[in-house]
Amino acid sequence: MERRDFLKAVAVTGVALTLKTEGSMDIMAQTLGLPSEAVPGEPSEAPARQVDLVAVMGGEADAMFRKGIQTLGGIKRFVKKGQKVCVKPNIGWDKIPEYAGNTNPKLVAEIIKECYAAGASEVVVFDHSCDDWRKCYVNSGIEAAAKAAGAKLLPPDQESYYRTVSLPRGKSLKSAKIHSAILDCDVWINVPILKNHGGTNLTISMKNHMGIVWDRGYFHQHDLQQCIADVCTLKKPAVLNVVDAYRVMKTNGPRGRSMGDVVLSKALFISHDIVAVDTAAAKFFNQIRTMPLDSVGHIENAEKLGIGTMDLAKLNVKRIKM
Amino acid sequence: MKNLLKPLRVIISVVLFVAISFYFLDFANITGPHFWVGKVQLLPALLAGSFTLVGIWIVLTLIFGRIYCSTICPIGTLQDVINRISVWFNKGKKRRRKHFSYSRPKNILRYIVLAFTAATSLFGFQLFLLLLDPYSAFGRIMVNLFKPIYMFGNNVLAGMLTGMGSYTLYQVDIVLQSLLAFCIALITFGVIALMSWKNGRTWCNTICPVGAFLSLLSRFSLLRIRVDREKCNRCGSCAHSCKASCISSVAKKVDVSRCVDCFNCLEKCPRGALYYGFHLEKKKKHSLGSLKVTPPKSSYIPTKDELTDQGKRQFLVTAFTTAVAIPTLLAQDKKKAWNALSQPAGSRIDDHRKVPITPPGSESRANLLAHCTACHLCVSKCPSHVLKPALMEYGLAGIMQPTVSFEKGFCNFDCTLCGELCPTGAIRPLTVERKHLTQTGKVVFVEENCIVYKKGTNCGACSEHCPTQAIAMVPYKDGLTIPKVDTNICVGCGGCEYVCPSKPFRAVHVEGNVVHRAAKPFVERREKAVKVDEFGF
Repeated sequence: MERRDFLKAVAVTGVALTLKTEGSMDIMAQTLGLPSEAVPGEPSEAPARQVDLVAVMGGEADAMFRKGIQTLGGIKRFVKKGQKVCVKPNIGWDKIPEYAGNTNPKLVAEIIKECYAAGASEVVVFDHSCDDWRKCYVNSGIEAAAKAAGAKLLPPDQESYYRTVSLPRGKSLKSAKIHSAILDCDVWINVPILKNHGGTNLTISMKNHMGIVWDRGYFHQHDLQQCIADVCTLKKPAVLNVVDAYRVMKTNGPRGRSMGDVVLSKALFISHDIVAVDTAAAKFFNQIRTMPLDSVGHIENAEKLGIGTMDLAKLNVKRIKM
Repeated sequence: MKNLLKPLRVIISVVLFVAISFYFLDFANITGPHFWVGKVQLLPALLAGSFTLVGIWIVLTLIFGRIYCSTICPIGTLQDVINRISVWFNKGKKRRRKHFSYSRPKNILRYIVLAFTAATSLFGFQLFLLLLDPYSAFGRIMVNLFKPIYMFGNNVLAGMLTGMGSYTLYQVDIVLQSLLAFCIALITFGVIALMSWKNGRTWCNTICPVGAFLSLLSRFSLLRIRVDREKCNRCGSCAHSCKASCISSVAKKVDVSRCVDCFNCLEKCPRGALYYGFHLEKKKKHSLGSLKVTPPKSSYIPTKDELTDQGKRQFLVTAFTTAVAIPTLLAQDKKKAWNALSQPAGSRIDDHRKVPITPPGSESRANLLAHCTACHLCVSKCPSHVLKPALMEYGLAGIMQPTVSFEKGFCNFDCTLCGELCPTGAIRPLTVERKHLTQTGKVVFVEENCIVYKKGTNCGACSEHCPTQAIAMVPYKDGLTIPKVDTNICVGCGGCEYVCPSKPFRAVHVEGNVVHRAAKPFVERREKAVKVDEFGF
């Protein structure tokens, strides 16, 4: 194949992918709309239209996920029997769960259980941590919780685990080395925690992609907010983005210093649309501490790249209080 | 009883040898920070001021002789292992392996080495002690020579397991942390291997300052190998089996100052003339100086021993001088190269550290220099890989002592491992709370190097990693944030320096505190408790 042809093909695929991403909700609504109607206890105000985004408040992390994923039409809408699943939480820091530096382990375990219940053949978990990965995996409580739920934890600390993937739609980031766990699975689920962030103001689903790449330094050197949007043009986007806002680090993020940085807010946001879910989570954060959407530049950059929409009014959003 | 002594010695020494070897190799820290095999060594105990332990060893030596050398000292067992290999190696060969034979004590050499190391050490110059202390030399050999092999083995095994879908083991980075430490470990290992290949425990009775010190005590030991002069027919079997070359069958005497209590001779005597026990007969007095081989009436021919002796002595002195001189020269060369590198022509915003950082818990450079014997236990086990053997950062006296480097990682805020490991008191244990307020160094921010300043884009990687927000992001222009430094609350962990993506010069680096200071606790801003009831969209 000629180089030019190849590039064209890649570009076409890219465009096709965009279409698919944007239209996926509709397509899925048509093909898989039925189970959601059958969800017990769910007020069926718009039975014809598939739910795009679910926001849940007031419950425990695992209970909120169960409720939320039910509302979205069940995990089977996203994870098929026999599939290999990768769950990618934020395990960036050597912190215990109370400090809200890492994704809630109860949530991670619940997602893994749901995946197996849907017939997943294998669930793997990893994150390219900032602190020493062994300490992070252990002290975050995620290793124990994920293992108990039946998942395997993959090490993140060797460059050999990462493979170069081109990102033809990216503006600043044209290629990145992505962890093979993401590349080799059938579907992956992005499970960030909502936090303040010194560099990007907020870290949510898109920023969580920095834990699937090897060279984060490049991001910082070449317009961080753009690179984060660029890496989200990955050909294999997460089928689900589950934003943990059970505990939210409102200040001194992403590492945090003390319990003074943490707010117990008991919320959860789930969507296939990464831009939408980050928009929703950012608006939620804005109630805790003023955080205008435009200060989190990567969200807007991602919308410009056609990754998703910031216009929540266009979507079928379900808000559930428990 | 007598038949049990040797097997007992072998079992104890092998178990301890395997344990301490694994302790040094164990990068995953399976053994934990308080594994006792690392804490029973004599010289570290002396440096740490654990006089109980030192006292115990003195008493034990006065009772049993140099059992420290036969069982506890890892270099001692290493020599036995090497000698055992040489026996196997020579088994198939036609030429019979050379037996051990009695040699005269090298008292001048061993006591000069002892006096010299002790004196330099008392004056605070630890280099010689550091090079010759058997425990530390063993540690360096394990960490610098054998740990890479162990890690390679781990990686091969991990690769195979991963292939089978198991992630119980994980890959690790194999890096040569210090060429200097590698060379010195290699030379030490080479010299010891060479000496022990044919001559058993020569090292212990010529170079080793701990051996020399214990020999002063073992001269008075209650229990010792003794010769029953009636039974002995001077067959020489015992002398041939003595790896310390301290039995003279001709004189029917054992030089207990050199005997390392290996008990090999006991089972070799065909007439049962040797025993390990109390001094029962009250007729002869042991001279305190070197053992004088009193020529028996008829058949003593001494000349050959004396001739070979000179050669050996010369070799040993040369080996010793080389072992000391080469690294020194090497280090000086490196220092020059380092200086040349660190000052690129015309650069104004250099990020090179001018004051080295000593490990948290070391309290001050002086304390580190005075106590550390560079066993490299901390270097081997630091989970964040920030400790590496110093080159000339601390000067000649501190070569190979641990210095903090942020090339591979940064000091974990909550980790107190190095202090818990250190057997010499060079790095003292810190509680997590104390560690949080121990300032090993201070952050330096150079705005001209910062990505936010240079490119006008977001970054914040430094602040992201800062556990105290001593480097915090404050509003800049166009909605950007830029680092602002508060050195009072900085602990010097180096998260900022490690992660700063600015090239070729970092915008942040840490300068060490020669004497560690107390960092101020960060002030919590009192805020109203936030209550969120709505979704916000």
